[in-house]
Amino acid sequence: MTTEYTKPLPIPGGLHGTTLGDFTKPFWEATKRHELVIQRCRQCDKFFFYPRELCPTCLSDNLEWAPVSGRGRVHAFTIVYQPNDPRFNEEAPYVYAVIQLDEGARMISNVIDIEPHDVEVDMPVVAVYEDITPEWTLVKFKPA
Amino acid sequence: MRGAAAIVGFAEMPTRRTYEGRTALGLMAEASRDAMADAGVRKEEIDGLVVEGGSFYPAPIGEYMGLNPNFVTGVSTMGASGATATSVAAMAIYSGLATTVLVTLSEARQAGSPWGSPPTPGLRTEFEDPYGPAVAANTGYGLMYSRHMHEYGTTQEQLANIAVNQRFNALENENAVFRGQPIEIDDVLNSRYINYPIRLLESVMPCAGGSAIILTSAERAKSLKNNPVYILGAGIACDPLSGWQRERLTRSVVTRSAPIALGMAGYGPSDIQFAQFYDCYTILHAVCLEDAGLVPKGDIGPFFASTDTTYKGEFPINTDGGQLSCGQPGDAGGFRHVIEATRQIMGRAGVRQVERNDLCLVNG
Repeated sequence: MTTEYTKPLPIPGGLHGTTLGDFTKPFWEATKRHELVIQRCRQCDKFFFYPRELCPTCLSDNLEWAPVSGRGRVHAFTIVYQPNDPRFNEEAPYVYAVIQLDEGARMISNVIDIEPHDVEVDMPVVAVYEDITPEWTLVKFKPA
Repeated sequence: MRGAAAIVGFAEMPTRRTYEGRTALGLMAEASRDAMADAGVRKEEIDGLVVEGGSFYPAPIGEYMGLNPNFVTGVSTMGASGATATSVAAMAIYSGLATTVLVTLSEARQAGSPWGSPPTPGLRTEFEDPYGPAVAANTGYGLMYSRHMHEYGTTQEQLANIAVNQRFNALENENAVFRGQPIEIDDVLNSRYINYPIRLLESVMPCAGGSAIILTSAERAKSLKNNPVYILGAGIACDPLSGWQRERLTRSVVTRSAPIALGMAGYGPSDIQFAQFYDCYTILHAVCLEDAGLVPKGDIGPFFASTDTTYKGEFPINTDGGQLSCGQPGDAGGFRHVIEATRQIMGRAGVRQVERNDLCLVNG
């Protein structure tokens, strides 16, 4: 754990920094415990991500946060040589990917512990947790 | 609304890296003035105004050039705004809300301006930015590219032809930033990665510029000086802004908009004589051509490896060089595809005039 993390935090003002913070809090509390939870609709039973107040499939508000396996596949990826935010420059090139979780939802993350150009579409990956500050933990993925 | 409205005049200011000291409103006003002159339409005849709408509401644009239209709207479809606004103008004329409509878009980029504005807190800042997306809009198209390569075996060598052919088309285009600067396949493949698989020469360059067109009713168009360019059909569809939220990353919204437009016009993809298609990146251009049915899905790589798509070729595409070779003046960039289609159909494209110029499919 480092206190010198200079890259963007999910919510710069802390977990209560915006109104979105309260709403997405269960996700970030779980990553801090090194667990992955995703919203599931109790009405149509589908997992979805990013967090929403209504199910994007059936528009029900009967939702729950459900633990998932943390296993998935690289659905698509790009290797970033020129980051939008210069704070990532010294890390480049790195892999920015769409991860298709086994449970069905997709999320954005990095694929780490592999040479960027060795990453392949559809390769299996598993979640790993990076404690970037005392308050925040990012979920990333490595080859399974 | 098939054939109810026609484009009767246009103006395009040269695309440049910057228009130092100029304003977006001033660029729109200048292009609009020139488009009215080109059409032979007096300012007092303009009774409709359709604009991009995200940067400026219609009212300040009308105010700046002393217009008092009876119909206004902003379409807010980002890069597709030029084509959307053209379609909406035709709808307004067809429905009787206006008779003669001005469409104008511009970008007054100054030196050193960054792309876009800082994001408001939300999905992007919370669930994307901590993972370091690439510059500009590159990220989503890089994801689309890797997935297309995986699903269809598409190669960068194949898609490099898009950049090369469009550059040929731009060589003598006085409005193009890259006029007179030919490139070869190897130049594309040796240009640096912005984000794999996207290389520098597969990406647009941020620029400044402004354009305008005048549309009027088919009846009024007959008495004006230019050959009318009739709007035979249009489709305006939308899908998730975040590419990774789309069910298929390799499918674009053109799968839905093109059949609507072609169905309204009463033509099929094989009737189309030339195409002007959105081209912020080679991969999106490729996917949209497939999704319009001009090339079978997944065959776009072999198509570009074997087809001359220059203005001299068997199927001309982006005959002015497109955004990849002319530069991209923000959300006004995609408007060039409407302008160049107009120029070609009017028979005013000069050295790059295509022979079969009656029917063009435009994608914004």
